[in-house]
Amino acid sequence: MTEVEGQVQEITADREDEIWRDRVHPAEWLNPRPKDRYHLVVLGGGYGGILTALEAARAGASVALVERDLLGGTCLNAGCISSKALIRTSRLCADVTNAWRFGAGVPPREFHADFGAAMERMRHVRARVSRRCSAQELSERGIDIFFGNGCFTGKSALTVAGQELRFRRALIATGAHQIIPDIPGLAEAGYLTNDTVFALSEKPGRLLVIGGGPFGCELAQAFQRFGSQVTIVQREPFFLSQEERDAAQILSEAMARDGIGIHLNTETRSIRLGRNEILADLVTDDYETTVATDAILIGVGRAPNVAGLGLEAADVEFDAVNGVRINDYLQTSNPRIFAAGDVCREHRFAHIEGASAHIVTRNALFHGRQRLSLLSIPWCTFTDPEIAHVGMYVTEAREKNIPVRTLTVLMHEVDRAVADGEEEGFVKIHVREGTDRILGATVVARHAGEMISEISLAMSAGIGMRQLACASHPYPTQAAAIKIAANRFIRTRKPSLGNWLEKLWLRFC
Amino acid sequence: MVGHASITPRPPAAGIFPPNDEVLLNHFQESAFRYFLDRLNRDNGLVADTTRPHYPSSIAVVGFALTSYAVAVERGWIAREEAALITLTALRFFHGSEQSDAPDATGYKGFYYHFLDTRTGKRVWQSELSMIDSALLMAGVLTAATYFAGGSDAEREIRDLAETLYGRVDWRWSQNSGVTVTQGWKPECGFLHYGWEGYTEGLILYILGLGSPSHALAPESYAAWNATYQWETIYGRDVLYAGPLFIHQFTHAWVDFRGIRDRFMREKRSDYFENSRTAAYIHREYAIRNPGGYKEYGQNYWGFSAGEGPGVRTITIDGTVRRFFNYVARGAPFGPDDGTIHPSVIFGSLPFAPEIALPAIRQLYEQDPRIRLEFRVPNGLNATMPGPDERGWVSEGQFGLDQGLTVLMIENYRTRFIWDLTCECRYFREGLRRAGFSGGWLER
Repeated sequence: MTEVEGQVQEITADREDEIWRDRVHPAEWLNPRPKDRYHLVVLGGGYGGILTALEAARAGASVALVERDLLGGTCLNAGCISSKALIRTSRLCADVTNAWRFGAGVPPREFHADFGAAMERMRHVRARVSRRCSAQELSERGIDIFFGNGCFTGKSALTVAGQELRFRRALIATGAHQIIPDIPGLAEAGYLTNDTVFALSEKPGRLLVIGGGPFGCELAQAFQRFGSQVTIVQREPFFLSQEERDAAQILSEAMARDGIGIHLNTETRSIRLGRNEILADLVTDDYETTVATDAILIGVGRAPNVAGLGLEAADVEFDAVNGVRINDYLQTSNPRIFAAGDVCREHRFAHIEGASAHIVTRNALFHGRQRLSLLSIPWCTFTDPEIAHVGMYVTEAREKNIPVRTLTVLMHEVDRAVADGEEEGFVKIHVREGTDRILGATVVARHAGEMISEISLAMSAGIGMRQLACASHPYPTQAAAIKIAANRFIRTRKPSLGNWLEKLWLRFC
Repeated sequence: MVGHASITPRPPAAGIFPPNDEVLLNHFQESAFRYFLDRLNRDNGLVADTTRPHYPSSIAVVGFALTSYAVAVERGWIAREEAALITLTALRFFHGSEQSDAPDATGYKGFYYHFLDTRTGKRVWQSELSMIDSALLMAGVLTAATYFAGGSDAEREIRDLAETLYGRVDWRWSQNSGVTVTQGWKPECGFLHYGWEGYTEGLILYILGLGSPSHALAPESYAAWNATYQWETIYGRDVLYAGPLFIHQFTHAWVDFRGIRDRFMREKRSDYFENSRTAAYIHREYAIRNPGGYKEYGQNYWGFSAGEGPGVRTITIDGTVRRFFNYVARGAPFGPDDGTIHPSVIFGSLPFAPEIALPAIRQLYEQDPRIRLEFRVPNGLNATMPGPDERGWVSEGQFGLDQGLTVLMIENYRTRFIWDLTCECRYFREGLRRAGFSGGWLER
């Protein structure tokens, strides 16, 4: 944690933190005595590792879970849950600011955002959610929990805190860590990352966010809405470089509307310490400028946690950039060892929540042959509007020579979105040309994360656009945008023999 | 004012209402053409980017100007000899000016800097060596060379210089060892790092790059660029999507896309002509729906494109907080949108969708005295942003690109003259064929 001229302060541990820590890494925890051999050893106690361990234990397997720091991983402790709790309050700030548009204005003097209270609430939420990651509870469910650095010693064994764990199968789910860019002066000036930003108790007056990926964009918008003056620097020409251009464009506008200073296509060349402030020298092609700030948040991306795991001894192929190499069955080059999640950077869709935890359990313990590529795993960036995606992008489809068309519905075509004053965004469903098969979808909307689930379900169940058009939605809802897209598909497809016969029939009626 | 323009615009007398569309279009077209004579430096053929004081020349505007001279000869607005002389002066300048990596050169590797000092012809504003603007310039160069097919010394020299200029453009270098073409290069920092995905005005760049007799792009480059296309159903209409309307018009000002199709359009059973028509309808539909609640938007007030805006400012107007932009690529239906329309793209829609473009042009004429005054479209109009009168904000001066698009597209709508010219140009034909186009006039 970095302190910059008193602008940013660490908090002291409070009651919520005690509950949380007591669950995810109890201070007095004693590692159990290892069994002779485990059916499954999970290395990494993030959400994915925990879900896999639970599913295997429920199936009757003997399971050990090894975590070097905090159970729940980045998701619970330094990412998803923490940021979502914070985003909830920041969105409320934006809603209150805009409430006059809805005939419910609050005089600006009577409204102020209490960042400290919002952070307290975030810790309360984290403490509540941490229950499912509690070492005690997991232990009571039959999982042996080991805290310490796990390191493979051979093809079927690893050591942790001086004890050897032998296994039939293992899962590597050690996740990833924040990449710190090599910017001169950055270390001296200090910086925040996802590991430290959620420990703030006061918001920085000015915040420079380096990196325009999901984490950088979410936090930039949240801090701006809390009242920090945020500047965001993104190396690429668009934010969220993996997403569709129109989605990134809408996000760019939303962030600019919030008042964020945006520098796309820009590198941070150096950081300097000024009088009571930090100075960041930026360069865009040949244009140079300097931004003054009180704190810096790094969000340029993540690198897989592969160091110190003894992967060489286990015959597991990996590299520092792409992480552990796996096949479509989530199997590493050592057939006894599987891997999933952020530690496999090549398979960026291998989030091991739910479905892929199930794949690992089936494939590792029951000789299953379930494939990662058959999963439809949605994801969402929780900016405002949210940006959610599932399946293929158009460019991916076209690279594979799959003819694709996109059914687009603007949110301003959706009655409920108009009523809610949430018209920004769209639903795009990518369909294989000549069929009704859904290849993928992108939703940009205030509640895109909720809406994408319907399309994800349709894809998983093999439901095409024709059947989707038959599904009824309550009226009015924003998710009706999906139904409108499906209806539009029906209306714009080539007339079938049935259509022709219907017209013929009506001619004679 | 630069150069030695001798002909003044001849707007019709105020109060005279053009009796029909033909007369109306004639006024707009001639007045737009006279922009080029007004802003021409007859010593080097360069044309100023805008009528604003101290603005340099844009090479893209010169590309439009070189094409417009041929139109003007056919319409009797200028003598053929004079048009040939102006054209020759421009081509001689581009041929003789400095090509090097020096920061104040005129060009490099056969390409030219986006903005040049209209007097000296040297790079200004630290602008980029622009691939797309060079392509638009070359489109004008090749069109002029096709038109001036006569036996006079001047016309022969125009053809020779055009061959040399086009032949020396190193299109392959512009790929920067990648598959697709980059947008630009600067001596200060090398190739620019902008994303240029999806359907863009880059179509003309690929066609001319592929047609080159000496440094042709590989056909794979066009296929790789096509892979970023998005075929969408928007407002119930199938379209190859691009937000700003000029993208659907700049290449099309030179190329007759009726009935010729590349692989992508064959797959979609459409063509780039039909696509531009659909795009115009989508813009109109967006304006009718008007999700932002902007003033005047409707069936005859549409056309979102790259261009000027009222400036970066946030103002509360009638109880609504409005954010306005400066120069930005506006588009429909995904925005950005600040209430600004760009009327030149309504003229650019004429060949594709005259049934919706003509009523919009007529409304502009009838309801906006600022346009009636000179018969030249401004770059941007914004009825929501308060201006000096009840019509709201209007951009200052006139822009060469707007006038060029107006001249070319009115002509294509009226006679298809430019399309017929480029059909005869072997480089356009070769570029289209190498890009995979077939059918229609390409088979003749």
